[in-house]
Amino acid sequence: MSFQDKLLDSFIAFEQVIDLENPIHTDRKNALKRFESRGFPTKKDELWKYTSLKSITQKDYSLSVKSNPNIGLKDIKKYSINDIDSFKIVFVDGVFNPFLSNTTHDGKDICVLSAALTKSKYKKTIKKYFNKIVPDDQSLASLNTSYTQEGAYIRIPKSVLPEDPVQILHFSSGKNKPLWLQPRNLIIVEENARVEIIERHQSLKAHDGVTNSLTEIYAEKNSFVDYYKIQNDLETSNLIDNTFIDQQRDSNVRVHTFSFGGKLTRNNLNFYHKGENIQSTLKGLTILESDQHVDHNTLVNHAQPNCESHQDYKGIFSERSVGVFNGKILVDQIAQKTNAFQQNNNILIDNKAKVNSKPQLEIFADDVKCSHGCTIGQLDKEALFYLKSRGIPEKEAIALLTYGFANSILKSVNIPSLKKRINSLISKKLGVDLGFDL
Amino acid sequence: MAYTEEELKKQLETKEYEYGFYTDIDSETFPVGLSEEIVVAISKKKNEPKWMTEWRLDAFKIWKEMKKPSWSNLKYKEPDYQGISYYSAPKKKPDLKSLDEVDPELIKTFNKLGISIDEQKRLSGVAMDVVVDSVSVATSFKDTLEEKGIIFCSISDAIKNHPKLVRKYIGTVIPKRDNYFAALNSAVFSDGSFCYIPKGVKCPMELSTYFRINQAGTGQFERTLLIADESSYVSYLEGCTAPSRDENQLHAAVVELIALDDAEIKYSTVQNWFPGDKNGNGGVFNFVTKRGICHDRSKISWTQVETGSAVTWKYPSCVLKGNDSIGEFYSIAVTNNFQQADTGTKMIHIGKNTKSTIISKGVSAGKSQNSYRGLVKISPMAENARNFSQCDSLLMGNECGAHTFPYIEAQNKSAQIEHEASTSKIGEDQIFYCNQRGIDTEKAIALIVNGFSKEVLNKLPMEFAVEAQKLLEISLEGSVG
Repeated sequence: MSFQDKLLDSFIAFEQVIDLENPIHTDRKNALKRFESRGFPTKKDELWKYTSLKSITQKDYSLSVKSNPNIGLKDIKKYSINDIDSFKIVFVDGVFNPFLSNTTHDGKDICVLSAALTKSKYKKTIKKYFNKIVPDDQSLASLNTSYTQEGAYIRIPKSVLPEDPVQILHFSSGKNKPLWLQPRNLIIVEENARVEIIERHQSLKAHDGVTNSLTEIYAEKNSFVDYYKIQNDLETSNLIDNTFIDQQRDSNVRVHTFSFGGKLTRNNLNFYHKGENIQSTLKGLTILESDQHVDHNTLVNHAQPNCESHQDYKGIFSERSVGVFNGKILVDQIAQKTNAFQQNNNILIDNKAKVNSKPQLEIFADDVKCSHGCTIGQLDKEALFYLKSRGIPEKEAIALLTYGFANSILKSVNIPSLKKRINSLISKKLGVDLGFDL
Repeated sequence: MAYTEEELKKQLETKEYEYGFYTDIDSETFPVGLSEEIVVAISKKKNEPKWMTEWRLDAFKIWKEMKKPSWSNLKYKEPDYQGISYYSAPKKKPDLKSLDEVDPELIKTFNKLGISIDEQKRLSGVAMDVVVDSVSVATSFKDTLEEKGIIFCSISDAIKNHPKLVRKYIGTVIPKRDNYFAALNSAVFSDGSFCYIPKGVKCPMELSTYFRINQAGTGQFERTLLIADESSYVSYLEGCTAPSRDENQLHAAVVELIALDDAEIKYSTVQNWFPGDKNGNGGVFNFVTKRGICHDRSKISWTQVETGSAVTWKYPSCVLKGNDSIGEFYSIAVTNNFQQADTGTKMIHIGKNTKSTIISKGVSAGKSQNSYRGLVKISPMAENARNFSQCDSLLMGNECGAHTFPYIEAQNKSAQIEHEASTSKIGEDQIFYCNQRGIDTEKAIALIVNGFSKEVLNKLPMEFAVEAQKLLEISLEGSVG
């Protein structure tokens, strides 16, 4: 039995443990049908031209854990940011762990989706927002929808400005059979509210599990969302990260993706503009080595006038790693005065490394300013020589230049301790301690 | 302001195809449809040797098994491949000694196009191999070329007279199973041009062919094979116009260029086929496969000006196989009314120190859609490959679209690739600036578009640059700013 069949068959077992009366169950069933007819994407799909899922979909995975692994604070401490106060939503092997988490219902909801689904006071919100912007033609998103049960649920009410960021942490213990996890996050930021979120997926022990995560973000009028994705998993784990963002007028959403780890990582990041004067920022920094593969697939749909989007993706690829960037800016006919910018810069360090880049513009409005740029190259030899001639060893010189290259992504990180954390991740990745922070 | 946007738009819409006339020459047309018999009949008609007939039949077999490609950013009514007549040749094939003997109707055609052969001959020294509905009827300057050992003739003559050369090179750059339309062309190509420049020869004049689709309901399946032997140089011009006809006409040509060591080929196209009327009826489907292969230190340069055709779908490409070879692509694609274009290039870097440059300018007006699609591929062996791409789009009016689909694949660390693209419209301040200085809006637009496309126009040979500029003006006359 192929894993795809297993996913279809296991749905009956899944139905035993969930509430079938919940209205979202119809969404689940319909989504499963769509997944059944489409199957996993293949390289023949234009959006998957450079990334093959074959290596992961031909294996077998468990869909849930039987015994809850015994994971304590000491096991996970180094993966979260502890020197600031923050809300934490922690999952271990797909199961919410209340002991490690710090959730709240005080003036805002920062909790788990499974709880929100059962409680009647959330019914209205769930009905209004759940699965409203996820397109039907993406089979992995459909697959996630069909198994919707657990994930983060965050609702920041009107004009609430929480001081502390939220950390969403997914751990897989590696103590069981390889897992196929499908967390589902629903994030609603109401009028004039704001939120900062840090999301991380981490394996505690090397095992070849897969996470097919989906996050829906609703940014209402004049709201502000700052979202950081840290992808620094062990080099055996795979991550498919689907993010769909609905932006209302005057909202500002920024998503930073730091891809340093994992075996195969695929990011589907989609922005849909529903009002005027919206700002969207998409930034990504990818530093890869060995056989890692990271695919950034972005879409910004400018559907209203006077909006701005800004994309900046940088990648540094060593050894046999592969980087893919497939960015699309879609400007509808009514979206006049759109200002869309897209940039993708790559550095190839070794000869076996590969970069495939496809920055696309599809423009139907005439009064717009859209541009994109893409470069693939090496570190500047003259700059390297300059540094070396001033007594800086080659390794440090390379690191310095790489830091400089990555700086435009790092400098817009608003949480200082997170910046420090990413900084140390980069220096670890480059094997050099520069002794200063950017 | 005497000139309003509305007026401009109206003028643009009513702008009918200026070259829309139909020459009344007796043509010999095959029954419609495509079958093995037709393929054999075409081959027989042209007295081709057995190997050619078999080659065609093999291609036909491949074509039958292939599926129509559907990945493009184009919407068009699928041509009925069984509803096309695959061969049409002017009946009176004159035995030419001088231009006087050419069918007077034909001379009229050229005069209307403003490319009268004798004038061309006298003034510009262009050798013309005129192709009217697939069979070449006039050849000039043959003697001058023969002296140098240059072979410039129709491909059917080449099959007869230079079978070794044709057999060695045909289908080597674009194999029969390359794509749907190339396979179709390989099976049924009617005629085309063949050119061979011997070792060390610099072709003294611009070689030129004018294609013209003339007979209603006949597909045009041209095949061009151009071989530049070691250290030679040639500049080749290809111009295309078609008379106004109601049904869609399919044009699926194949152009193969081979640049051997140290050779240089410059290939320029000006395409002004019937784009359909302002309601989007009719027009030519231009599905052409063009590709060149560069050996060591050689250079291929494509320059195209695309103003016509209802649907343009082509990617003149360079396979940079040899070390230190160079590929260039300069393109202007102008679409108006309901025209659609999905065009660009492929630069495939295989050799060391290979370089490529892509400059693509798209101008869309009316309800047209203009896409740039290009591939830059650096294979693992291509050390120190260098690419620069720039694609700019200009939008006129808010009902048209401009799209960019660049594919960039780098598999070698020494590669250096730059790609940039921008989309904009003609600024009101730019127009205002011109108006202020006494230049009316229409002239100002022509001026700005001309400046926008200058980089590409500059690459055209002199004789063509004038015509291309004229064409740009015609197709964009009175566009909105």
